[in-house]
Amino acid sequence: MAVHLADHQIPTRSGKKADPRIGRPAKRASGQPGGVPWPWLLPALLCLILARFLPTLAGAGYAFTDWNGLSGARFVGPANFEEIFTDPLALRALRNTIVIALVVVCAGNLVGLLLAMGLNTVVKSRYLLRAVFFLPAVMSSLSTAYVWKFLFQTDGIINHALHWLHLQDQPRSWLADPATALWSVCLVMIWQMTGLAMVIYLAGLQAIPADLDEAAAVDGASPWRRTLAVTLPLLRPATMIAVPLVSIVALGTFDQVMSLTGGGPVNMTETLATQVYKQTFANGRYGYGTALSLVLTLIIVVVALVQMVAVRPRKDTP
Amino acid sequence: MSTAYHRYTWRSALRETLLLGGAALWIVPFVLLVMVSLEPAAQILSDPTGLPDSWHPGNYVKAWNEAGIGRAAVNSVVITAGSVAVLVALGSVSAYAIARARGRMGNLVFVLSVVGIILPSQLGVIPLYTALRSLGLVGGYAGMIVLYTGLWLPLAIFLYTGFARSLPREYEEAACVDGASTLRTFLSVVFPLLRPATGTVAVLTGVQIWNDFFFPIIFLNGTPNTPLPLTVYTYIGGVATKWNLVFAAVAMSLLPVLVLFIAAQRRLMRGFSGGIKN
Repeated sequence: MAVHLADHQIPTRSGKKADPRIGRPAKRASGQPGGVPWPWLLPALLCLILARFLPTLAGAGYAFTDWNGLSGARFVGPANFEEIFTDPLALRALRNTIVIALVVVCAGNLVGLLLAMGLNTVVKSRYLLRAVFFLPAVMSSLSTAYVWKFLFQTDGIINHALHWLHLQDQPRSWLADPATALWSVCLVMIWQMTGLAMVIYLAGLQAIPADLDEAAAVDGASPWRRTLAVTLPLLRPATMIAVPLVSIVALGTFDQVMSLTGGGPVNMTETLATQVYKQTFANGRYGYGTALSLVLTLIIVVVALVQMVAVRPRKDTP
Repeated sequence: MSTAYHRYTWRSALRETLLLGGAALWIVPFVLLVMVSLEPAAQILSDPTGLPDSWHPGNYVKAWNEAGIGRAAVNSVVITAGSVAVLVALGSVSAYAIARARGRMGNLVFVLSVVGIILPSQLGVIPLYTALRSLGLVGGYAGMIVLYTGLWLPLAIFLYTGFARSLPREYEEAACVDGASTLRTFLSVVFPLLRPATGTVAVLTGVQIWNDFFFPIIFLNGTPNTPLPLTVYTYIGGVATKWNLVFAAVAMSLLPVLVLFIAAQRRLMRGFSGGIKN
């Protein structure tokens, strides 16, 4: 079957990579009428540098100081980072951030992929279902998390449902219990991110030509085998967007924690982003806050780059 | 998707039932949101998750007045519309220049944009805060528009550039032959052709800016200029467990995006699925 499929010249995204329009300006622009003079790029360039790259660089510099946001900052070397990697609160925030990201990326992408595959078949209520699953992704994560806070209450609907299903005798206070608070935050994040992953995988699935699947079916491949051997490999481009995107959002978790728990109980749901905010703007420790930010930024950039390289379409696949 | 050889079988029916069940669970928070927002105050203590004993649309009036939803909505509209307008203007002009530029600067701006998409905002926000504070821009609309332009311009340029590069040159060349200046060509020929990209950029960045909470809590907390999410956050800090009022405020803060979602669902999904299809 593999041989047969190879004959079909699969038009993957890797074909798009070779597209000369992407990545460099077409050569024939030069010397032709209609070329745009370079000063047109100045406003954007200034804006990118002044509002984005310069502040980020400055932040990286302040991470090595004891800046309090007002008076001159004093260089303190790696002292802030030594504190981060020994302080229980910062380590707890780091750990929580990584746990949330791992759980939300895995669950959000898995459920999102399953939903997309279910919706990419003959299902009559396809458009309605798609809208329902996607809706949380465009709603304010702060506002919707308040509804979840209500669901998680001791006399809330989650405890009622678990009791009714005989899964639980005593009601739990999900958000006040150190053993369950972080998982509750993860659940809310998954509810919100799954729809995003779903629409990305759905677009990826719809870009796969149906005749490939049909050819495999004609060859006698089972639906399960077709999914593994045809569909999933061709979903690489979608995966390359969905996984880093969900990771970036999950690593920056802030809104949900602020409305669900405020970081509690006993700091069990603090994340790097909530700590950046609290240390900097509540405690006035600007230098330490930028150091925490730098740690978060490095994690996000490294994770996103590694994921993009790992799931990049291979050169040897057609 | 063409599924000519896929008929609706019992398997499809089973799949559809499972999906519908999942969707029913998925939407529970929204159903409860509407129900509880209409409940009388007494019911919040006795039976909060049940159907409302009696309908109290007055909760909305009360939450509107107490939380200051009207002013917050104006703030959200001004900040979002202002930022989106700047993003559309800068994004489209830059993308056109990148697609048609003669020098290397187009490449530089494009590469910076791609890097800027991945670069998180948390590190730059602290120096930006002190910089804007010394300029007297903290707490006002202008500062927020500057912040959001810096945050979302990379994505706007990226989306516009992909589209601008696929535009045929014939129209611009015709305009040029007719003696139109570059600016004139851009305004009357290129920008209208970029309209699909403008829609995607506006919807995508608009929703993100509208829903943002991180920048407002840093830059606008305690001012009268707080947008909806921060206003809801502040209000709930004061009314805590009066869930009917909390939910009325939450529902009002979600309504504008819900309307947009219903009106422009396809465009939203295409925007969020990030150019996979086009």
